[in-house]
Amino acid sequence: MRKPTQIIEKATILFAGDSGDGIQSVGAQMTQASALAGSAVSTFPDFPAEIRAPAGSLAGISGFQLQFASHDIHTPGDISDVLVAMNPAALKVNLPSLRPNGILIVNTDTFSSRNLKLAGYETNPVEDGSLAKFQVFPVELTRLTRLALEETELTQKQKDLCKNFFALGMIFWLYNRPEDYTLEWINHKFAKKPEFIEANTLALKAGQAYCEATEQFASSYEIKPAHFPPGKYRNITGNSATALGLVAASHQSGIPLIYGSYPITPATDILHELASYKHFGVTTMQVEDEIAAVGVAIGASYAGAMGVTGSSGPGLSLKSEAINLAVIAELPLIVCNVQRAGPSTGMPTKTEQSDLLQMLFGRNGESPVPVLAASRPSDCFETAYDACRIAMQYMTPVIFLSDGYIANSAEPWSIPDISELPEIDVHFYRDTETFAPYQRNPATLARPWVVPGTPGLEHRIGGLEKEDITGFVSYDPENHERMSRLRAEKVHRIARELPPTEIFGGTSGELLVIGWGGTHGVLRDSVENMQNEGFSVSHVHLRYLNPLPNDLGDILKRFDKVLVPELNLGQLLMIIRARYLVDAAGLNKIQGQPFHVFEVEAKIEEMCE
Amino acid sequence: MKAEHARRQNSRKSSPTLPGATPTLTKKDYESEQDVRWCPGCGDYSILAQTQRMLPEFGLPREKFVFISGIGCSSRFPYYMNTYGFHTIHGRVPTIATGIKIAHPELSVWVITGDGDALSIGGNHFIHLMRRNLDINVILFNNRIYGLTKGQYSPTSEQGKITKSSPMGSIDRPFNPINLALIAGATFVARSLDRDTKHLQRMIKAAFEHKGTSLIEVYQNCHIFNNGAFFQQTERKTKPEHTVFLEDGEPLIFGEKRDKGIRLHGFTPEVVSLTDGEHSPEDLIVHDPSREDPTLATILSRISEFPGLPHPIGIFRNIERPCYEDLLEQQLQEAKTWKNAGDLEALLSSGDTWVVE
Repeated sequence: MRKPTQIIEKATILFAGDSGDGIQSVGAQMTQASALAGSAVSTFPDFPAEIRAPAGSLAGISGFQLQFASHDIHTPGDISDVLVAMNPAALKVNLPSLRPNGILIVNTDTFSSRNLKLAGYETNPVEDGSLAKFQVFPVELTRLTRLALEETELTQKQKDLCKNFFALGMIFWLYNRPEDYTLEWINHKFAKKPEFIEANTLALKAGQAYCEATEQFASSYEIKPAHFPPGKYRNITGNSATALGLVAASHQSGIPLIYGSYPITPATDILHELASYKHFGVTTMQVEDEIAAVGVAIGASYAGAMGVTGSSGPGLSLKSEAINLAVIAELPLIVCNVQRAGPSTGMPTKTEQSDLLQMLFGRNGESPVPVLAASRPSDCFETAYDACRIAMQYMTPVIFLSDGYIANSAEPWSIPDISELPEIDVHFYRDTETFAPYQRNPATLARPWVVPGTPGLEHRIGGLEKEDITGFVSYDPENHERMSRLRAEKVHRIARELPPTEIFGGTSGELLVIGWGGTHGVLRDSVENMQNEGFSVSHVHLRYLNPLPNDLGDILKRFDKVLVPELNLGQLLMIIRARYLVDAAGLNKIQGQPFHVFEVEAKIEEMCE
Repeated sequence: MKAEHARRQNSRKSSPTLPGATPTLTKKDYESEQDVRWCPGCGDYSILAQTQRMLPEFGLPREKFVFISGIGCSSRFPYYMNTYGFHTIHGRVPTIATGIKIAHPELSVWVITGDGDALSIGGNHFIHLMRRNLDINVILFNNRIYGLTKGQYSPTSEQGKITKSSPMGSIDRPFNPINLALIAGATFVARSLDRDTKHLQRMIKAAFEHKGTSLIEVYQNCHIFNNGAFFQQTERKTKPEHTVFLEDGEPLIFGEKRDKGIRLHGFTPEVVSLTDGEHSPEDLIVHDPSREDPTLATILSRISEFPGLPHPIGIFRNIERPCYEDLLEQQLQEAKTWKNAGDLEALLSSGDTWVVE
């Protein structure tokens, strides 16, 4: 007889192990299985910069946290209900994230004296009573997996590689997840190594059977499907959504996409993904360095393609000079920055929002560049699409900001109807009678986009200051001021067409929380929770950071206090204070980790006292 | 007013022709109306003139030519050409040229660069351009000095060069651009002289005709900051003894009386007399720029580094190899035959989806 199930609303699970333990794989499987079962899901993969740090070491711990629920959720969860720790180091690193009385599954086979010492434990925590406030389930994961695979031809080492699927099987049982999807995935993934199809399938089933059989687990949990608006859904990470947004913009505008890039964490997946879209006419070039990557994109735009480059903080530092060339030459260019913890190499795999001021101001001269930031994984699609539209319609470089957290996190995405995507109306200039290189469109101030090869429009542009209209090199003092102001005005005019800023909560009140980028989910949850507690708090999340929306100043005036939470030391805060002369306060965290909901709630409470 | 402005940048229209007829363009058609602002006597004038003279011979409409440059004296070049032109940033021309070529392969793309632009700040892009073999022509103006910043030693300046930034003499070993390009895998590598207009024209034509990246290093005189850097090679009196012209199928013979030749002693090139009764032209290196193996071309490229040996002038290497943009296009064409090619709806809905009713 099947053991009883309890119905719950949500759960947060954290898988943790060595970076070679297959943690990210099983995390992704649990995410997909949960989404297909109708749950709302939100994930947070957290991995080390080292590809294979020494086994058992604290530095090498890879984690994958996911929350799933029967209602709408915006974050991967503050604190975990279940921690699967594949070794003592994984336990040491992640135990603070487990809630009291939470379920702790540990692979006791790895708790050797050597591994305990590597993790900094003097005694075995599973035996010394230090884990008393949790429900501890010691499982001989390695031995049980070997047992399950006894009949296979695999070597012992190969068998041990399958233990992540044994652990996944246990979690599947615990949350009543269907295994079909994962079985199919295994078949596909190991199509060329059939022995691993059998082994991983056996391990997955053995994990489930173990939970059903052992007396350790009394009951399992069930989560009812969440209520989503009707539509077709898929899970998507921020980097995938970014790539698709770029392809969609190219497709809808009819302008081929050329992506120049140099591998860099956490932006590389955009390159990987785009490289597989050649059947959409997408050209990717992995070039010699970050500067070449942006140079290729600028050359492509000059020649009539949609030039895009993508990187992360240090790469953006290298691209600054070239972005400025696109500013003065007034060429479309899309620059994706998947932010990570800096300065310098910083913490490549950890998230941060500390490049905002660099993106706004980090170039020589008066250099206005539109800056857009995506707020969640699925929002990367729309924001990247809009970045391309603005770049081509205003003839300007545009910076698209994402961050390591939303780049790698996944959530369900309601697949958009192509016919409802905003129009991107691009025309190359061909008229030889009226042409002048810097003759502007009176509405957008965009200069004409002329593709070399167009008869009769031969002309020269470049990085030297240009004379208004003719585009000749000019050192005329008044012309330089006029051109500087025109370039600024062109970017400023983008604000005219922005939609009204959405306010979550009352349109006036005691406290306004303003955020941007990947903090959206945490801020939304925090504000919603505090509203439910009776606090007069509203939330505005900015996609457009340059130009800022025209209605933002009025909105700010309608609140007594303003809070700007950011994963930096107060960058948007500086802009808001300077631009609107309001005494806004910051909530700042710079640990390479997202905010927790409770941290934001505490600040809201403090400010509303 | 506007129409007048509009015409200013492309004011020198070609002579009108009947529809369908190939317009006959002349050097004048390739001169922009911008006043040329190099120092009087600069070697750049000659390179500009020879380029403008040759383009009408290439049978391409004017709008198909794009001249792109970096930063430096030579990089003002595109402003003086009545073609499409883009004066970009220091050292990065190869990258921008690459973007243009992959976006628009039928354009004839010309990179104008100098020794500082190509070999110092742009050294990395230079070698990668050479190895990728896009069909791009590079004219490297080598004057062995930084002119626009008023005279500092460059990556091709000789050791011991005294300049404002090296008052006790430069201690850097110079780059040899020909050698560097060959080692990076370039498929067409040539050297010419600003003062030898006929030879320079031949090299420009050969570079245009070569399908793949072509490099022409031009010995160019900066008479303000490095006057006479190449006078031994360019002046009538000394040129015969200090240059050896590389001609396909010909032995390496030089000298006022064509009485000397270059032969290989092991891997080392050496000068032998053709009048001492001991050596004949059969002993000499016979030039073959089409050799797939770059070893001999590499040895030739280093002859100029041996004291007392003449500088080779001409085409060191000219081989056929698939162009980057063609290989790229092949992949794009192949991908177009894939399932759901170009179907955005299918792409967005790919992977594992589910429907909420």
